[in-house]
Amino acid sequence: MSSIPFSYVWRNLRTRKLTTLLTAGGMALVVFVYATVLMLEAGLAETLIATGSPDNVTVIRKGSQTEAQSVVDRNQAAIIESNAHVATDRDGSKLLAKESVVLISLQKRGTVKPANVVIRGTNKAGLVLRPQVQIVQGRMFRPGSAEVIAGRAIAERFQGAGLGETIRFGQRDWVVVALFDAGKTGFNSEIWADSELMMQSFRRSVFSAATFKLTESGQFDAVVKELDADPRLTVEAKRETQFYADQSRVMALFIRYLGVTLSVIFSLGAVIGAMITMYAAVANRVAEVGTLRAIGFNRRAVMTAFLVEALLLSLVGGVVGLVLASGMQFFTISTMNWQTFSELAFSFSLTPGIVIKALIFSLIMGLLGGFLPAARAARLNIVDALRAG
Amino acid sequence: MFLFLLKSAFLNAWRHRLRAVLTVTGLVVAILAFGLLKTIVTAWYAGADAASNARLVTRSSISLVFTLPISYKDRIRRVDGVTAISWANWFGGIYIDERNFFPQFAISNGYLDQYPEFVVAEADKKAFLVDRRGVVAGRKLAKRFGWQVGDVIPLKGTIFPGEWSFVLRAIYDGREQNTDENQFFFHWDYLNETMKKSAPRRANRTGVFIVSVNNPDNVAEISAAIDKEFRNSLAETLTETEKAFQLGFVSMTEAIVVAIEIVSYVVILIIMAVMANTMAMAARERTSEYATLKALGFSPGFISMLIVLESVLLCAVGAVIGIALTYPLARGFGNALDNVFPVFNVARETPWLQSGCALVVALVAAATPAIRSARIRIVDGLRSIG
Repeated sequence: MSSIPFSYVWRNLRTRKLTTLLTAGGMALVVFVYATVLMLEAGLAETLIATGSPDNVTVIRKGSQTEAQSVVDRNQAAIIESNAHVATDRDGSKLLAKESVVLISLQKRGTVKPANVVIRGTNKAGLVLRPQVQIVQGRMFRPGSAEVIAGRAIAERFQGAGLGETIRFGQRDWVVVALFDAGKTGFNSEIWADSELMMQSFRRSVFSAATFKLTESGQFDAVVKELDADPRLTVEAKRETQFYADQSRVMALFIRYLGVTLSVIFSLGAVIGAMITMYAAVANRVAEVGTLRAIGFNRRAVMTAFLVEALLLSLVGGVVGLVLASGMQFFTISTMNWQTFSELAFSFSLTPGIVIKALIFSLIMGLLGGFLPAARAARLNIVDALRAG
Repeated sequence: MFLFLLKSAFLNAWRHRLRAVLTVTGLVVAILAFGLLKTIVTAWYAGADAASNARLVTRSSISLVFTLPISYKDRIRRVDGVTAISWANWFGGIYIDERNFFPQFAISNGYLDQYPEFVVAEADKKAFLVDRRGVVAGRKLAKRFGWQVGDVIPLKGTIFPGEWSFVLRAIYDGREQNTDENQFFFHWDYLNETMKKSAPRRANRTGVFIVSVNNPDNVAEISAAIDKEFRNSLAETLTETEKAFQLGFVSMTEAIVVAIEIVSYVVILIIMAVMANTMAMAARERTSEYATLKALGFSPGFISMLIVLESVLLCAVGAVIGIALTYPLARGFGNALDNVFPVFNVARETPWLQSGCALVVALVAAATPAIRSARIRIVDGLRSIG
């Protein structure tokens, strides 16, 4: 006869419905916020990592951090194209996209607020290199004509970016001939056009970056070495995945800091809430505890019972919070990425890791809030406790 | 009578010391968190708040990334109502490490005259003007890196490649509390001369023109007149007030601001749950006491007031401590993040909002227990064993 039956704990929670509800509700909100921030971070990471492919290499000018800042001239692009590690297509053409990236400001639908959108001038290889980008409606733009294809996230949110509509930039009207879906990647927030025509429109003579597929994934280090050693090149090469992850490090860091700060503040509040409830539970049941002790339960059993009660309370809160948070998956956040100054859309993503983290977090809150009151209950003197009724 | 009520409420609040302390602590945390989050939101808009409505910014209509030919300056100056013009270019260099980010601008002569809020000693200003590599930096920025006048500051160009080196000639102080003291200005001529040599196609161009006008009421017409001047040219312009220009940046990151605002109200919700919990427990424990009071002839209103006052008292203590702590916390937070938020001050209305929230929490938390205790029948109440 060492442990107090679980039904005792369960009944205690049910008897004081309002108190249980309020405490668990408070904890649910905390877990909701905690999980939401984690989901935001995970969604951002997912978007950025998925944007690149590990077999692709992006080459930009040394020292520039984003494609929009970078300059790669035609000679340099040709030298890179001639590298032996650049994969070829079945018909023998090189899988290398010489791209020109500019930012233009477009107005969001239904508002007068402009936001920066990436226009990527690319070629046929650009689409082949990125199998995650699929045209879902319409057809690919014809080289040399003023046609563009728009990412799904852009088409929905920006004026003139829908299928069949026109966007004006570079002193030309461009017809949107297709919508593409790039899964969860950042390409969804871009508009693609023919690079040669685009450079003409913006009177540019240079590309922004060159992206190519490696013949073999393991050849990356060799390529970097060769490009670095070539005196004609002033470029740096990064794996495409790394390139995009680097582009929003600042944003990822900001979200993480914000998340940690909020979680600390909130959990303090929730722990205090749990403590108040549990202390009250102990105080209300002094005589009961005395009885339990008198009929033979030891201190440890009493302490366990109260701790289990607190943990149960926090678990209920945690589960409710998670259920609420899972609803956030239907929302998409779009904001400006400070490093590239361009619009980036990403959604909340609930991963199994986050579920586990959030539940552990709620249990820790329960443990912290319940420990002191449980210890107090366990320390009660049997005689005094019995007299208290 | 009221004094008696107040005294009883005070004694009631203090009866469960531990619970009172915990509740007040919870309130302090919530009020503090709310104040801090509000301050972050304020800081987000600081640039726009400090911006002037009488200065116009002309930039490329495509987007800020595109530059404008410097020759536009004369055509803009000829527009009616324009009193002064200067130009600036975003530089975006790296000081030692990417983490040391701060805004850097190449500015033309006359730029500083258009910004009277940047206060520079006359002698220092002269020293800056005569040194081609000279720099004016904000007080906060100089403090952050321990720069003294005369120090050489190397920057690695990202938009303008190469290793650049500058000499700090002057430090400016903000005239207002919300002036950004985190900026770095050097001569546009220096940038331009260098570009002429290394990338002639990029020379003689600038990012934005800053236009001062004679009458702030006419900014709309003047903006339109400037943009009309360049319609259908290779580089069309977009002119707006400096405030609108800054707000454009803020609105692009609005999603985050909205999230922070929502979160600050969720904090209040949580603490409401904690508070309501405390009040519900207190009222339940004292059911028989309230019944006794009723039996003695006190009105139901008196009993409700007793509970409401107890709640208000607890919240008031929590609010006072929380508001008092907001200021040092905000200062610490601002110092730690001075590269993200150059201006980080608690707004004047924040303590009022905090007090308002505390009052709402107090009233909502007390509502249910107050109504229930006032309604309880004396016999039931006396029978209750808490």
